[in-house]
Amino acid sequence: MNTSTGYLSVPFRTLLWREMLRFLSVPTQTVVTPVISAGLYLVIFGLSLGDRLPRVNSVPYGVFIVPGLITMGLLNHAFQNTASSIMIAKFEGNIVDVLVAPLSYLEIALGYMLAGVARGFLVGGAIYLVSLPVAGGRVAHPVFALLMAFLAASTFALFGIIAAVWAERFDGISAFSTYIIVPLTYLGGVFFSIRALPPPWGSLALGNPLFYMIDGVRFGFLGASDIPPRASLAIASLSCLFVFAFCVLLLRSGYKLRK
Amino acid sequence: MVASAKTGPPAIQIEGLVKRYGALSALRGISFEVQEGEFFGLLGPNGAGKSTAINIIVGLTRRSEGKVSVFGHDVTAEYRTTRRLVGVVPQELVFDHFFTVERTLKIQSGYFGVTGNEDWLEHLMEVLDLAAHRKKKVLELSGGMKRRLLVAKALVHRPRVLILDEPTAGVDVSLRRSLWEFVREIHDQGTTVLLTTHYIEEAEQHCQRIGILNHGAFVALDRTEKLVRTLDEKRISLYLSDPLSDLPPRLQPFKGVLGEGGRKLTFPLSREDGNLRALLHAVTESGLGVADLEVHMPDLEDVFVSLTSRSVREEGEPAIGR
Repeated sequence: MNTSTGYLSVPFRTLLWREMLRFLSVPTQTVVTPVISAGLYLVIFGLSLGDRLPRVNSVPYGVFIVPGLITMGLLNHAFQNTASSIMIAKFEGNIVDVLVAPLSYLEIALGYMLAGVARGFLVGGAIYLVSLPVAGGRVAHPVFALLMAFLAASTFALFGIIAAVWAERFDGISAFSTYIIVPLTYLGGVFFSIRALPPPWGSLALGNPLFYMIDGVRFGFLGASDIPPRASLAIASLSCLFVFAFCVLLLRSGYKLRK
Repeated sequence: MVASAKTGPPAIQIEGLVKRYGALSALRGISFEVQEGEFFGLLGPNGAGKSTAINIIVGLTRRSEGKVSVFGHDVTAEYRTTRRLVGVVPQELVFDHFFTVERTLKIQSGYFGVTGNEDWLEHLMEVLDLAAHRKKKVLELSGGMKRRLLVAKALVHRPRVLILDEPTAGVDVSLRRSLWEFVREIHDQGTTVLLTTHYIEEAEQHCQRIGILNHGAFVALDRTEKLVRTLDEKRISLYLSDPLSDLPPRLQPFKGVLGEGGRKLTFPLSREDGNLRALLHAVTESGLGVADLEVHMPDLEDVFVSLTSRSVREEGEPAIGR
């Protein structure tokens, strides 16, 4: 029998492994469904309407929406993964397994977050594969695209942790998703360039941190964006760090988890 | 045997532990120690504070005041160390229904930083009769199997302290017996056991020392046999051949009570004063026909009922065993 006391060691890796096993054990729900949804968007906007819609930033509309759809898929599923896992664990009572384990709050936040990121990347990657016939698969700056996708998925996985800790019922998760995540996503430029928005909506969109994440991923894929990519990277990084710090402090406070 | 002669720090040490929920005090400054190798029982009615105390030891609940340590390590400041030293069997059947029995135990091992313990997991599954169900998802297990799996989960990291919170609640007689055999075996191998239970006869049978909590304070804390001896209330009941309407004058000094339509005559008997011979002599002299006889010895349940039905004593001061 081996025991480990190292930092980010066996207990942390176990939490991450357990979380990934959880979503991989229900692949229809976690991967197949979002890929079908994204495929339908691509068929409607890419193949059916794409030729009739104007080019955006010199890019055909069917190609333009692919990075947005990938980002939407990955952050939605990063959020869903952490939110549903923690909510189910609270509901069934097995959250105590994590709470009585020798895990630090940082490890708990990171373990859940990285599993959410993994599911987000799985979904995003699958959407990318589905989009190949429509968009051709060109990625202008792959490292930048991956970095921005990681920041987007991390931020929303952390939002999922916060929502699940706060929520007392599954309704709470739905409310968090409906009133916060969905508006930020749809107004963040998944389907359009903010240059196309009339005032004051274009300026208001700049206050949405999700816009920078989507725009940054789009730059990574297409090499063109609404704002400079460094600004997107900086704002996305700061947003992610802020949410991460908030999440760790929330867990440390014991709010709704430890009496 | 209580391992009080051991020189190291106590397995569990609690000093002045207070837990408040707003205006409500769930624990009101309790102090006690559990020595290494001891089998200690924590009893009390619902809401007495037993689970709160346990939850503070394992880190699920935060104390308001006081000190709590496991083998000398503070449960908050050194939580990584103390949590590896403790295994807890919770009262509720809480599980991760996504996984099989085998995977559940592997994940639990990993949570406690243990890898490469397949032999030990195999042993646990064998002795707890789970080996044949290793590939079943937890959802498919019966209530008894789930209870055994909870015990296995608590032991995957070979803790030095095993905390059992109502381990046999809702468990049938045969499973209860096999669980106790297993816990005794673990205890005999040196594991310290802290038990809470509503089955007082189980505590009396297994625990070397017992603390009785009521309203967040100890009303008794002592060795089990000493606690039982504190109730000097042995009773003898005579079942009469012919019913009586009144107590014969010769028997009145013995404070007998007639019951069951005059067919049962019950007398209190002190352990110490040895008045049994005088009583039997008086019964013979009264010419009563005795068809049967029953002696009731005091047990822990009598102590429990006696103590917990009284009003709360001084905060944190046990009535017995100070």
